[in-house]
Amino acid sequence: MQISTIQPHVQPATSTITLANRWDHFLARWGVNRSGHRVETGLYALGNPTADSPVFVTANYTLSFDALRSALAGIDGYIMVLDTYGINVWCAAGKGTFGTDEVVHRLEATRLHDIVSHRLLILPQLGAAGVAAHEVKKQSGFKVEYGPVRAADLPEYLRTGQATPEMRQVRFDLGDRLTLIPVELVHVLLPMLIVTVVVFFTGGLLASAAVVAATLAGVVLFPILLPWLPTRDFSSKGFILGGVVALPFAVAVFLRNLDAAWWLRAGMALTLLLPLPSVTAYLALNFTGSTTFTSRSGVRREIFTYIPIMAWMLGIGIVLTIALSLI
Amino acid sequence: MIRASELNTLQYDPELCIGCEMCVIVCPHAVFAMNSRVAQLIHPEACMECGACQLNCPTGAITVESGVGCAAAMIRAALTGQKEPTCSFAQQGV
Repeated sequence: MQISTIQPHVQPATSTITLANRWDHFLARWGVNRSGHRVETGLYALGNPTADSPVFVTANYTLSFDALRSALAGIDGYIMVLDTYGINVWCAAGKGTFGTDEVVHRLEATRLHDIVSHRLLILPQLGAAGVAAHEVKKQSGFKVEYGPVRAADLPEYLRTGQATPEMRQVRFDLGDRLTLIPVELVHVLLPMLIVTVVVFFTGGLLASAAVVAATLAGVVLFPILLPWLPTRDFSSKGFILGGVVALPFAVAVFLRNLDAAWWLRAGMALTLLLPLPSVTAYLALNFTGSTTFTSRSGVRREIFTYIPIMAWMLGIGIVLTIALSLI
Repeated sequence: MIRASELNTLQYDPELCIGCEMCVIVCPHAVFAMNSRVAQLIHPEACMECGACQLNCPTGAITVESGVGCAAAMIRAALTGQKEPTCSFAQQGV
């Protein structure tokens, strides 16, 4: 908790991203010390701001703060950092920590009204899910202006005084999706290793390789291929991708041991073809939380529609594996 | 196919609109656009229920059941008996 001091306390900030910052970003992207990438809350002076300089508001997550200050290179202004517990603007706004109360509280704690002569705050547009502009105005006298979605568009926004429709829309392009892969990968690594080892001893090398392939399809291929996979729902996209990835393994298992009965070989193939696509589909469904366009109603509907299918396919696959091992 | 991506709870009453444009400004999916004096729903199917428009509408013309569109959070909430799904990483307090 920040203690409000007698003298307004303004810390210096620069637009330079140092090697140490980059290392911190790298660790954050890999999910290392997930909630530890924090900036001290309060007020920062970027360049040589005066009482008329603009005030930008951001979260106390290093990636948010650094995106803002680096985008503002050559611009004099103040940055007011809210306490969002080390969470980015969008997620903190959804949670309400990047919210009306915190903006009002931080204005009082930093005594911004003594530092600037104007009464205008520039917030990132994605903070609007947590902040009611008219409430901030009513409670503090400061007018909230929502800037563009991306900090990189701020210089143009400041120059022209308005955000173009393009600046107001979230994108989720390949670059955005690639950035998410490391943290997705870290999440599944341990469970994947455990399942792979178990499957290696029950089903052999080919089956355990198939498990790795289905998992990586869910956390690496899925984010990359998202817009191009057929159908609209995340789960159905995941089933299709998982099926395509599992198919060669199933065929390989079917063509192995040609001396065995055809139904036995088909059964073995099914022990891969049933559960693996549901693993990929489950991981795909979980990716909804990382995207910028899924609604709660839609995701709830997907869960009720597809989770039972995934559970059945996985269950039948496991029972079949046990049954075949007893023959 | 359920087209889950197009499901949402967004409702808008143009009668209450005072034309402040806040919904047009805050929506990251261009769901609203100005129609001379009042806002108009132009892409309701693109709504992801973030709730920014409702929160920033000074007259209460917009309602939407906002919440996290995240399967991981909702599955966890269902398994642990939580009422409101929340992001496991957006913990309040340390």
